Amino acid sequence: MEWETVIGLEIHAQLATKSKIFSGASTAYGAEPNTQACAIDLGLPGVLPVLNAEAVRMAVKLGLAIGATISSRSVFARKNYFYPDLPKGYQISQFELPVVGLGSLEIELEDGSTKTIGVTRAHLEEDAGKSLHEDFAGMTGIDLNRAGTPLLEIVSEPDMRSAKEAVAYMKKLHALVRYLEICDGNMQEGSFRCDANVSVRPKGQHKFGTRCEIKNLNSFRFVERAIDYEVERQIDIIEGGGSIVQETRLYDPDKGETRSMRSKEEANDYRYFPDPDLLPLDIDEAFIDKVRATLPELPDEKKHRFMTHYGLSAYDAGVLTASREMGDFYEAVVQACGGNAKLAANWVMGDFSAFLNKENRDVTEAPVTADMLGQLLQRIEDNTISGKIAKDVFEAMWNGEGTADEVIESKGLKQITDTGAIVAICDKVIAENPAQVEQYRAGKDKLIGFFVGQVMKESKGKANPGQVNAILTEKLKGG
Amino acid sequence: MHNKTIAELATVLQQGEVSSVELTQHFIDRIEKLDAGLNAFITVTPEAALQAAKAADARIKAGEAAPLTGVPIAHKDIFCTSGVRTSCGSRMLDNFVAPYDATVVERFRAAGAVMVGKTNMDEFAMGSSNETSFYGPVKNPWDTERVPGGSSGGSAAAVAARLAPGATGTDTGGSIRQPAALCGITGLKPTYGRVSRWGMIAFASSLDQGGPMARTAEDCAIMLGAMAGFDERDSTSIERPVDDYVGALNTDIAGLKIGLPKEYFGEGLDPDVARAIEAAIDEYKKLGAEVVEISLPNTHLAVPAYYVVAPAECSSNLSRFDGVRYGYRCEDPKDLVDLYTRSRGEGFGAEVKRRIMIGTYALSAGYYDAYYLKAQKIRRLISDDFRKAFEQVDVIMGPSSPSTAFKVGEKADDPVTMYLSDIYTIAANLAGLPGMSVPAGEVGGLPVGLQIIGNYFDEARLLNVAHRFQQVTDWHSHAPRGFE
Repeated sequence: MEWETVIGLEIHAQLATKSKIFSGASTAYGAEPNTQACAIDLGLPGVLPVLNAEAVRMAVKLGLAIGATISSRSVFARKNYFYPDLPKGYQISQFELPVVGLGSLEIELEDGSTKTIGVTRAHLEEDAGKSLHEDFAGMTGIDLNRAGTPLLEIVSEPDMRSAKEAVAYMKKLHALVRYLEICDGNMQEGSFRCDANVSVRPKGQHKFGTRCEIKNLNSFRFVERAIDYEVERQIDIIEGGGSIVQETRLYDPDKGETRSMRSKEEANDYRYFPDPDLLPLDIDEAFIDKVRATLPELPDEKKHRFMTHYGLSAYDAGVLTASREMGDFYEAVVQACGGNAKLAANWVMGDFSAFLNKENRDVTEAPVTADMLGQLLQRIEDNTISGKIAKDVFEAMWNGEGTADEVIESKGLKQITDTGAIVAICDKVIAENPAQVEQYRAGKDKLIGFFVGQVMKESKGKANPGQVNAILTEKLKGG
Repeated sequence: MHNKTIAELATVLQQGEVSSVELTQHFIDRIEKLDAGLNAFITVTPEAALQAAKAADARIKAGEAAPLTGVPIAHKDIFCTSGVRTSCGSRMLDNFVAPYDATVVERFRAAGAVMVGKTNMDEFAMGSSNETSFYGPVKNPWDTERVPGGSSGGSAAAVAARLAPGATGTDTGGSIRQPAALCGITGLKPTYGRVSRWGMIAFASSLDQGGPMARTAEDCAIMLGAMAGFDERDSTSIERPVDDYVGALNTDIAGLKIGLPKEYFGEGLDPDVARAIEAAIDEYKKLGAEVVEISLPNTHLAVPAYYVVAPAECSSNLSRFDGVRYGYRCEDPKDLVDLYTRSRGEGFGAEVKRRIMIGTYALSAGYYDAYYLKAQKIRRLISDDFRKAFEQVDVIMGPSSPSTAFKVGEKADDPVTMYLSDIYTIAANLAGLPGMSVPAGEVGGLPVGLQIIGNYFDEARLLNVAHRFQQVTDWHSHAPRGFE
């Protein structure tokens, strides 16, 4: 039988506010345990939450960016359950009335086509603390620094049909929250993590299969592997005559498999009810307009502009707008090099990105600035150096040996364009290779490449390849 | 000196007839001598009080006194006090010392009031008789075999016994008004949102409201003036200027329209209490007020709705008491579940557990709509009843409690009968309206309280209406025998 996979994602994006969602304590990551937890975060008796307006602004920003409805009234609710790192015994979240309603996101598939993924809702909530099970000799340590950190939970429709689509959606959202500067997107630190709801059904069947929820996936690779594993597991069970039990599962990255955490029957009854300590959140048009005015150019808009304005292919434009920083860098290079958009694209996507990847660095951490790269490209454009030499210059720049002009100067890499000098080298090469000359003249045209190569080698790559070609062709013809 | 009202004490303090240190010492001595038989205090803080009194004297001398400067007061042990234990009447918090002051405490401190101690209360404010306290029941100064009411029973008994001229209380379903009535003092539950709840340990967040308890309306006006006002730390506190409550006293009440809800004078009301209330209403007629009968048709739904909403909220509010970070923790827990079940099982008393269970049930999947949502709808119906009534009348009057103080133990084993002692007070909490209890007579040597309910933020009018009554009656100045 042919099976169809159905996936929905719940993504938790930690909002990049300075203070917590309901208290004034700092949200900075990595402090000594329990040094960034105030009386409110600790859930001491008598303390009360006060909503951080910045978190609301950020949620609205995301809502506008995905074309979603912004609720004029949303309500904070208590999700009740006991856990040692949940200080109040409830998490303040939103349940029936979330701040962001129905929206959508467009993803690109491998075949170049696009697909729209629905976003059901996005709601604000507070994070819990952390339980530390190591280093306490059989006891559990609790760090409440993270307690009260604002989260935006973004829930998708069950619109994805493969692990690859799920990853594409997650990457798209990841880029978006970083474009909007509402989340640092740091997945190792848990700032952007995901729960995946996965089910399978016979192709053509309308009704959804029973789903399992895989918790806490904190890398794109894990999402893909966990979903692929889970799909296979479910198909095996059904084809073996069994049926899927609705449950929560955990992905084990070491074993590459998912395992059961708790079944539906064991699931908590969270006893949601509106939090009486917080008033309903009312958002008016004026507030929305103010937030709208702060929206940056969004990835899709930028991509479209790169295609029309710079004449880039859809693929190139997509790569160069994958992050806001990459797009900004590219545009700075185009300007610095004098406007050759295609050349700039090739270099930013080629050598520049290769060096970044090799050293696992971010665009903003590159030792070669946009101005430096622009100058290098100008030297190619004005024939000071060849494209091949430029690669060496780039590497030298990357290694801190100076600007393009400084490297060209100090290494004597300036291209030879003096016809007399090139003619002399060509004559030398022709004189040293009589056999090849004879073959060429006998009709083996391809040997021109050999002669050019020899001349370039002799000139240490500095001879202008165009001129070399013309002179050699001229000289070999005669005789 | 202890028979003087706060207003009178302010005068003698500011005129230098007595110092705050002397006054404070006097009340501390009375507490030491008389509280053993009442159990009104959980914690007495003589040293800190005398220190604060010294500072108050300096402030008075410097000519910078506010009306409360140097006046001793007591706080219900539900308000967090920095450095002084806040137990909430529970074993759970027997060892809890907050690192912060409640806003109410902070404001009294800023006004120069001198805290002499923390008063006893029903555990987590859940009770109407002060019998659920971990620290033992409070006795009614009028008859120590009887309860003082609850949950602010310690504050009511302390003020009635002249152990403090004023005390703070909190009122979730009548916890200021009912003990005020049973102890013969004046108490005010303000409009929801008028007084900050920050630092006040939550029982039912949408109903809880702190307020003053004193012997006269004038004293309540002075205290409310210090307590009330917007607090950015409490999202439910309301940004609205505080009226001049003292300045509004002595306003003529001729033409005042008083509504008497027929539902407040029906079955279940002690006939002697009814007669006392009727006599009080007659006094108002003499003052020129008009009396009209009104109806609050959903009154009978108030108690059932309350006993869904309040337990639901408390079941969640009290989840933080889990033995993990502070408060009571059981000995040698063998695992997490054991830590939770024994810490909470041993730390909470029976009534608290009962309400947590009721509330947990009411919020459970499958029951939420039938209980919690329905109760919220009833809340709106009750609010609508009042809204319509206030289109007709200025204030609503009736009894604060269906009977005078009952005997210790009389209702302790019958929760439903106990719950019905708040039958007239609960509706004001559900609607968020301000309500007062004013001493209005005595039956068999026990005080009767007249309840006055006002429209939203109409505290100034309520206080004036009560004050006018106290100028023509002297019930409020009667002292229980042995405490004169």
